[in-house]
This record gives sequence, structure tokens and C-alpha cells, in this order.
Amino acid sequence: MNHSKLFAALPLAFACVLSAAPAVAADDTFMLRGATLHTMSGADIENGSVIVRNGKIIGVGKNLAVPKDVKVIDGKGLQVYPGMIDAATEVGLIEINSVRETQDLSELGKFNPQLVALTAVNPSSEHIPVTRFSGVTTVASMPEGQLIGGHVSLMHLDGWTTDEMGVKPRAGLHMRMPVIQTPRNFGLDSTGGDGPAAARSSFTEAKRNFDKEMAELNEFFESARRYKQAKEAKLPNFKPDLKLEAMIPVLEGKEPLMVTVVKEREIRDAIAFSDKQKVKIILCDAPEAFKVTKEIKEHNIPVILGPMLSLPLNEDDAYDRSYTTPADLQKAGILFSLGTLEGKANLASRNLPFQAAQAVAFGLPHEDAMKAVTKNAAEIWGVGDVMGTIEEGKWADLMITDGDPLDARTQIKQLFIKGKPVDLSNKQKDLYEKYLNRP
Amino acid sequence: MNRFGTSCFLLAASVCAASAQTAKDAPVLIQNATILTITNGTVKGSILLQNGKIAAVGEKVLAPPGAKVIDGAGKFVMPGIIDCHSHIMAEAINEGTVSVSSMVGIDDVLNPEDIAIYRALAGGVTTANILHGSANSIGGKTVVTKMRWGKDAEEMKFEGAMPGIKFALGENPKRAGASVGFGAAPANLRYPATRMGVEDVIREAFNDAKAYKVTLDEYKAKLAKGENAIPPRRDLKLEPLVEVLEGKRYVHAHCYRQDEILMLLHVADDYGFKVRTLQHVLEGYKVAKEIAAHGAGASTFADWWAYKMEAQDAIPYNAAIMVRKGVLTSLNSDDAELMRHLDKEAAKTVKYGGLSETEALSLITINPAKQLSIDKRVGSLEVGKDADVLLYDGHPLSNFSKVEKVWIDGHEYFDRDQDQEGRSKKQIEKKALIEKAAPAPGGRGGQASVTGGPNQ
Repeated sequence: MNHSKLFAALPLAFACVLSAAPAVAADDTFMLRGATLHTMSGADIENGSVIVRNGKIIGVGKNLAVPKDVKVIDGKGLQVYPGMIDAATEVGLIEINSVRETQDLSELGKFNPQLVALTAVNPSSEHIPVTRFSGVTTVASMPEGQLIGGHVSLMHLDGWTTDEMGVKPRAGLHMRMPVIQTPRNFGLDSTGGDGPAAARSSFTEAKRNFDKEMAELNEFFESARRYKQAKEAKLPNFKPDLKLEAMIPVLEGKEPLMVTVVKEREIRDAIAFSDKQKVKIILCDAPEAFKVTKEIKEHNIPVILGPMLSLPLNEDDAYDRSYTTPADLQKAGILFSLGTLEGKANLASRNLPFQAAQAVAFGLPHEDAMKAVTKNAAEIWGVGDVMGTIEEGKWADLMITDGDPLDARTQIKQLFIKGKPVDLSNKQKDLYEKYLNRP
Repeated sequence: MNRFGTSCFLLAASVCAASAQTAKDAPVLIQNATILTITNGTVKGSILLQNGKIAAVGEKVLAPPGAKVIDGAGKFVMPGIIDCHSHIMAEAINEGTVSVSSMVGIDDVLNPEDIAIYRALAGGVTTANILHGSANSIGGKTVVTKMRWGKDAEEMKFEGAMPGIKFALGENPKRAGASVGFGAAPANLRYPATRMGVEDVIREAFNDAKAYKVTLDEYKAKLAKGENAIPPRRDLKLEPLVEVLEGKRYVHAHCYRQDEILMLLHVADDYGFKVRTLQHVLEGYKVAKEIAAHGAGASTFADWWAYKMEAQDAIPYNAAIMVRKGVLTSLNSDDAELMRHLDKEAAKTVKYGGLSETEALSLITINPAKQLSIDKRVGSLEVGKDADVLLYDGHPLSNFSKVEKVWIDGHEYFDRDQDQEGRSKKQIEKKALIEKAAPAPGGRGGQASVTGGPNQ
């Protein structure tokens, strides 16, 4: 047994000795013991241990024997959770909202299924270490756009390159449900100025634009289907097309379509669309999902809810409307997770735990809130076999805290991504230390 | 659709306005609660609200006759939250056509039916400083309000609070001078376009104000001597700036970077006035020493950053550093959504920078009260202060707790149970209104029909 001084100390000691560089690969088996494990896959384990080898969890339990020649970390008094997953965000694709050059969010054109978010993720973005500081280890970063924006990429918040960060570059295809955009809701709802190109217009005109976009959308899916048939039939004149090619996994049900929706009508439209086109969908944002719980449940559609900490959509909505939706979905038995959606200001990804906590204050059981930002997010993005819980065989994405991670007063003591201790410092912490000591 | 929107609005308003009719509120005694006084520690016991004021705080307080007694077991009581920077209720924000718009005032455009007032109340806010926007180097006049939902615009005003004026530095005021990008057509440029120009605009304005003050003072002196004097022409633009020079109006200055913060402090020193609060002040932590020396307060965000270039060095430790360096610091919202959870924003200063829980809560209570000079009235639970009081179902800094009741001047303006009970009634009322507006069968019917149903 190798009780190295470094590892015998509190895990916090890790952070102090490591540089800001991403961790290097090596066989660095270790055992974390004596902590309370919140596995998210079963009951909490008091005084439990986790053994990690080559980035994967190889043992979880109460009275595990210490394997030979491994480092032991004393987790006494600490809490261990799976790292949190922000199920829909823009981390890595945008640095400064007001500076266009720092954005790679929205490509031109209505249909861009060939695009992949990970391509444009900047591994040096300041948002990555800042987001990690709250215990978020994985995010699904999504390209915006008019109708089909591109592929959502699931990625770890650690790695020297995007290749190392990527978990599932094509986790899903982001589509925005067309909206009947009348002057009243123009710019006021969460689709904002990025919504479909229905500018200020009368309802009739808005409805005409909406019908046109719906027709275009259906036609695009039909084209993709014909393309697939032509390809499979090996027609002599077949020409590869990047856009249509990218649609095939969606048509085959191998890749979900993540559909951003706001109002009840768009949610119903999205469900009808998935029925018609026979594609698997995930609803995203969906603040009015509480009005459609029956249909969502019947169709077994998962939901990535937008920020709880947002204003109610309508003036006469209950003041706590956005806070209570997660509890409504939980009661209806719908699989849901949370997405902070926009990287801006108070909606930042680093506040994911506090979004979840707000739902707890307004009726969501705490365990369901934790699962929403861990296990459920992993399942929705089709990576439930490799992350989201503390179980044997999964990546050791672990968050070690001195308390409840959903409470802002809790400190994250150490974070592991794929079994490697991750540096918790960032530019903001550096500036803090620098200026606190300004003479 | 407007008609429809307005009716919903009034509907929401009616639920709580009804209870605001009572001429005199019965005394309220909350017992067995954890009382966070902010200025005098934590008391496990009772608090009595009587005649609009806090009448007693202690381990045992006797209920006066007719008092409503509330069991506060397991609950927390704290003073109402004060937001030093908000734009709710303002029907207009920016008079952005001129670089100096001190002639306009937010107090003229208060809408007491803004639903954001009720939502802020439900998040525990009882007092808010309502500011003009940040489009001009010198903006419009500001007004301090209480969230007296159901009352009229005049009654929203915090009686006796010092009037203020908004200044703005950095990217926002220079935006209208930019030849490209958001905010201005090239043909319609407005000086200034740089931080240098922003300083100049402020100096020019105070030069004018000083000259105007001389004229006013000469006139007053003549009057005092009993001489026959012709009053100078009243200058509505310079009058508020003269009040600033005389210490009768507070300057609340929007700023981000350390250079512009120092610039304004120097200008203020040169012209002999004080900057009351620096607003946003995201790089305040870099010049905390200088801010403290000037005596300015700082009102910042808990963790906003990255939304514009000048917010790149914003850090969530800003408030903590400024507190440690002796700056009177508060947290504000500047946003109707953020305003609903300033308590949870305060909790972040425990995480970032390690403030104590009392220090954290001070950022949204006694400190902004001091910044607005209303601390004799509000900001802590002390006998004799206004009964602006919150009842929580858990510790206010816990992300799992929420506001249950809100009193302002001893009157209950928010009650979560009552709010929930009123919801089904509102739904029935709404349905009836929609049916009334719907087209009659076979006829043209109501006017709301063109815009379709409620799911627009």
C-alpha cells in the first residue's frame, strides 16, 4: 500500500499542486474512502469507497479491501457525487456575448444538419474552468440556428484538445420548432431574435410564414428520406450530399432530434412532427411542458428543461410558474434533465446546481433534482452506460464536496474527470487572489 | 390582443390589492422563529409588528390585544430585501437622444401595475431604487420605491428618501457614438464615442452647473439682503446637477472598468461632490482602496460576466474583496428576473470569497439601506424601524428555502398560501373574460378574435 503524503491529505491538496494543464494519462489507480457516496443509482453509502483505474470506476461499496499499491485518499466528512451534466448549453461556442468574433453559435441558412458543435469549441475558453468550479464535469453544447442548427456535442470539461474533450460529438441534432411569431411575442419570449425569420407582422402573415416553414421542414425530411433510399439502392447518378447524409442517423432513429420549443402549441407541433416523420425527439427548453404532460408521457419523450430561474412566460402566470415545472414533470413520470441554454450572465452554466435547487424549493424531491443534473442527463443523451452515476464500469467523473452541491454555500473540494483530478483554479480565482493582496 | 393582455394584468393585480384596503392593520406577532436581525445578531424568539413599525424583538414578546399570532417554528425572519438598482415599474428607461438627460426623471413614469412588482415582492424585495438607463454619460433622475403592490404611483415612492441621478461610464454611453454596430446609424452619431469623451461630457456639464449655481446663489443673496432681484431662468437640465453639488441629490454611476471608476472619482473630487454609489462596478475589486477612500458605495452583481467586453474581468469575488477592503457594498439585480432571488445571489458570496452569512445578508439589506440613506427606516430588524419583514420556510441563504410572507409598513403584501388559493379563482375569471371576448356564433363578435386564442 502506498500512502503517499500527497494523497493521504484531503483531496483539496490535489488542486494546490497541480498546474492549470489538463491531466495526463497514466495508470493512476486510486481509492477514495471514508466518504458518503451519493451514487444516484441506489441508496447513499455512508463511509463508502470508490476505486478508480484508468479513468473508470472499478469498485464501489462499503467495506472494500484496499487493493495493492494504490494511492488512498481520505474522504472522511466529505460527500461524493457524480459530476454534474448541463444537458443544453453554449459553453465553448461563445466567449463574450457582445463581441461577434468570439461567437460560433449560429450558421447562416435554415438547414445545417451537417454542422457539429465540437468543431467550434474552444478548449481554451475561460468558461470551461469557470463552469467546472461549480461541479459541472460534462456539458451538451448546442449550435443555434434558424430551423436545424447542427449537432449537439456532449463533452467533458477537460482535455488538451477537442478530441480529448469529446464524449459524443453527434449526440443529437438541434432543431427549432417554427413559431407563429406575432408582434406581441416578438423578442419577448425566449426564442428572442434568434427565432425563425418571422419579423414584425400581423397574425395572418405570421401564420403564413409558419406554414411555409413547416412545409419546408417536412420537405427537408422527405428529401433526406429519398436521399437515403437512393443511397441504399446505389442509384447510378447518386451524388453525396453532406446535409442530407447527416440526416440519416436521425431518420433511422439512431440519433435523437433535440427540438427547442417554448409555448404549448410548439410542444404539440413537435410531438405531431415526430409522429409524422417517425423520429425520436427530445424536447428542449419547453417552459410550458406542464400543459402537455399527458402527451409527453404517452410518447415517452424526454425533456431538457430550460432555466428555472427565469420569468414566467405570461403576465398572468403564477409567480412561481417556472419554478414548479420540474415537480410537475416528475409527478407525471417524465424523464427530464436541466439545461442552462444560454451562456450569458445569470443563465450561465456554472449556476446549473442553483437552477436545480430552485425546483427543490418549489416541490421537486431533492433526489430527483440531483438525478436531473446527473443520471437523467446522461440517459437522455444516450451515455447512461458511461456516466451519470457512481457505478462500476463508468467514467470516474466525481465531485467531492463539503456539503450539498445544490446549495451555493457548499464548496467543491475536488473534481475528477475520467479519474483525473481537475484543476479548480480559473482566471476569476486568480484575479481574486491577485487583487485581494493588492497593497 | 392588447385588450386581452390588459385584462389579465388587472386580474393578477386584484388578488392582492383587495387586502390592501384595510385602513389599519392588526398587530402581527411571529413567535418561535429564528430572527435574523442583521445588525444585532440572531434571536430565537418573537417579533412584533405594530402600527407599521417593528415594536419588539426578543425571546418572549407578549401579544397585544387583537394581534394576529403566527407560529414561526422552524421558520426564519429577516428584513425586507433592498435592491439598489432596478428598472421595474419604469415605463421608459432611456432618454438616449442626448448625452446629458438630467432634465428627465423616472419618478414621472412609474407604472404601479407592473406585474414585476408583485413578482419581486414574492422574492422578498420590499424596497427598490428605480434608475434611468445607462445610455447617457449623465442620465435621468432616479427614485426610491417600496413595493406597495395595489397602491398608486405616488404611494410607491419611499417618502423622504434622497433623490438621485444616474450617471453611466464605459461601453453604454459611448455606444451611440460608434459608427458601426448596435445603437446608432452612422449619420446620427452622438458625442461621446470614447471613455475620454465620457469624462469630457461630465466635466462640461458640471462647468455649466457651477456657473448656474453662481447665478442662483447671487440671486438668493440679493433676496436675503432684501434687494429687488430678477429670478434667473430656471434650467431643468442643470438644476439636478446643482443639487448634486449641494449634496442634495445622490449620484448612482453605472461603471465597469477600473480606469473609468477612477476617472469619475477624480472628476467628483475636482468639482467637490461625492459619488454615492458605483453601480455594477465589476472591476471595483481592482480599485477598492480608492473607492473606500472617496467614500463611495458599491452595488454589484453576484456573478455576472462575459456578456460584454468590459465585463471580461468581472469576478464573483468582487463583493467579498470590496467588503474586506472597507467599501460599503450591496448586491443589486438590474433585472426583473434576478430581482426575484437576490437572497440566493447573496449566498454566492459565501461560496466566492467566504463572507459570513450575516455579511452576505447585509449586502441585500442594511448596506443598500445605508447607500440610499434610508437605514434609519429599513434594512434591519430593530425596534422603531419600518415593519418591512420577510418570513421564510428555511434559512434565506439556503437555495432550498422560499419566502412565505412579506410585510411592508406592517401590512401584509404577499402571502404564499393566499397566492396559491387565489389561482383557481383567477383561472375561472380569465376563462369568463375570454369567452366574453370570443366571437358570437354566426356574428363578427368580439375584437379579440383576430389574434386567436390564449396560446399565442
